[in-house]
Amino acid sequence: MSESRLPEREDGTVVFGVPLPKDLRALKDLAPLIIKHHYEIDYIHSYAQDSPFFAGLANNRLLGTRCDSCNYTYATPRAHCMECGRECTWVELPQEGQIHTFTVCHYGSEEFLKETPFILALIGFPGVDTLFLTRVVGLDPQASSLDWIGMRVKAKFRRLSELRPTDVYFVPTGA
Amino acid sequence: MRPVYAVSGGVSKFAKARPDLDFRGMVKEAYDYALRDIHLTPQHAREIVDGTICSYFSDHFTRQLKAGSMVQDYLGLCPKPGKRIEGGGATGGLAVQSGWEAVASGRFDVCVVYGFETMSRVNTWKGNEFIALASDTNFDYPVGGFYSGYYAMMVVRHMKEFGTTVEQMALVSVKNHRNALHNPYAQKRRRITIEDVRRAEMVAWPLTMLDICLMSDGAAVLILCSEDGLNALQRATGHTPFPAKITGVGGGLDAMRMADRPHGDVILLPHERPEDYRGLKYPGVHSFRAGRMAAKSAYQMAGITNPLEELDFIELHDAYTSSEVQTYEDMGLCRYGEGGKFVESGKPFMPAVDYGYHFPEQGRIPINPSGGLLACGHPVGATGIMQGVFALWQLQGSIQKHFSTDVLQVKNARRGAIHSHAGTGTYVVISILERAD
Repeated sequence: MSESRLPEREDGTVVFGVPLPKDLRALKDLAPLIIKHHYEIDYIHSYAQDSPFFAGLANNRLLGTRCDSCNYTYATPRAHCMECGRECTWVELPQEGQIHTFTVCHYGSEEFLKETPFILALIGFPGVDTLFLTRVVGLDPQASSLDWIGMRVKAKFRRLSELRPTDVYFVPTGA
Repeated sequence: MRPVYAVSGGVSKFAKARPDLDFRGMVKEAYDYALRDIHLTPQHAREIVDGTICSYFSDHFTRQLKAGSMVQDYLGLCPKPGKRIEGGGATGGLAVQSGWEAVASGRFDVCVVYGFETMSRVNTWKGNEFIALASDTNFDYPVGGFYSGYYAMMVVRHMKEFGTTVEQMALVSVKNHRNALHNPYAQKRRRITIEDVRRAEMVAWPLTMLDICLMSDGAAVLILCSEDGLNALQRATGHTPFPAKITGVGGGLDAMRMADRPHGDVILLPHERPEDYRGLKYPGVHSFRAGRMAAKSAYQMAGITNPLEELDFIELHDAYTSSEVQTYEDMGLCRYGEGGKFVESGKPFMPAVDYGYHFPEQGRIPINPSGGLLACGHPVGATGIMQGVFALWQLQGSIQKHFSTDVLQVKNARRGAIHSHAGTGTYVVISILERAD
């Protein structure tokens, strides 16, 4: 016969001494009770129509897309053209460009906090209409200056691909 | 379309954390204030409210799906209809416009627009992670997703393109924190200097802790009515309401990825000419095209041809000092590129408040008299609605009543704008409110 009660947790008491006044009218003065929830999840994420870009990264190639119809060229790829709605073709991007703008993150989201300070930049490429967001490595994060804009940079690829956009990063061409 | 009026509002005190009240309790706090202000009992409200618009940004922060239905039952408004609106940082402003649509269309005569956010439920840096999920999670977030970083990149380009300085941006922080000293609803009320802003901890170059708004817990409520709704309110309360009329609504969107912002021609406002912008590649990442689109459509509807001359104040979305400067330009208060000089001139400051600096043209058009997001806080789903409440109080001339001081009352305010903006300018909405008498 099964026991007619829920088992208690094996690690014993976790909440201690919760007050409750004798006079229930005093409950409105009870301090709020606060607990901690843990929440963690693995998502199954398909890069779907963006997949070829990541296949490119894993093979040390930087891929963008070009609209077959209006010739608009995207450094950050999209499968359909934002200007005319037609389907785009995959093209190889130059691996050298210029810093269009940048920042140095001294703080960051929790996931990246341990990597601070890091340089985020948007890179422009000759003959390409849109930009590409990336990390720039090889500049002193404490010496940020507007003079960094226009600096020529080149792509470098991590040896071990993770199929993430950080498989590629940029360094000054002189470096 | 029928005329739509804002008739009453309430704001819960924005705070770093409100462990004493959950989202339902905070909305209830703001709702009860709004009802009391028009002498409406909750029982009468149950009878005359036709429906609601619910505004909150993040399911991650709330971790309670269908929170709108929980607020609706907590307010005692079931089984009236309602729906939730979401659009990043612009969620609150979008909700106000959705309420406007519900009333203008004839569907509702009395509509309660409410919003909240509960951002204290995770630590600040996890909160930044949640917010950064509102960027492209294939190409942007994994590179180092951080909204302060994105805005920093935008203003760095603005500085390069137009010569905007960090000291000009710091003046926005001085202004908004100083204004907030007289706003009891504000979260951070301080007298600071340009040097204080620059000496504060660097977050994302060149933006420091004092260039960036706060995370908050808070709620806000704005009640909208048709003319029939105003009459129903008068019958229910025996009091004549003192509403403001919503005379213009506008909106715009832009590509999620900043990398995709094109380089084309400026969208012109009526008082601008193409030769003002010869050679300027627009919007790039230095300007918010969606903000300009929102301004153009809202001004057109309200019949505004020169906003600097025809608006008495603006409550705008200053999540960053830099984005306030950029928004002056989008809204046509000055030309693109002149936002830094505009703040230096003193035009967006309150005319009679001492900020510790001399300005040649102080007080031409007060911007964020309330203290804005920088000082009031930014509980995302509540923020745009809070702006609507503060704008209503300005137009009613009732700031003294609600703030217990009239320092922030814009004298003879007849027409104002509220501006709500989502991450890097992806969604922007602008609504125009005017005195109804």
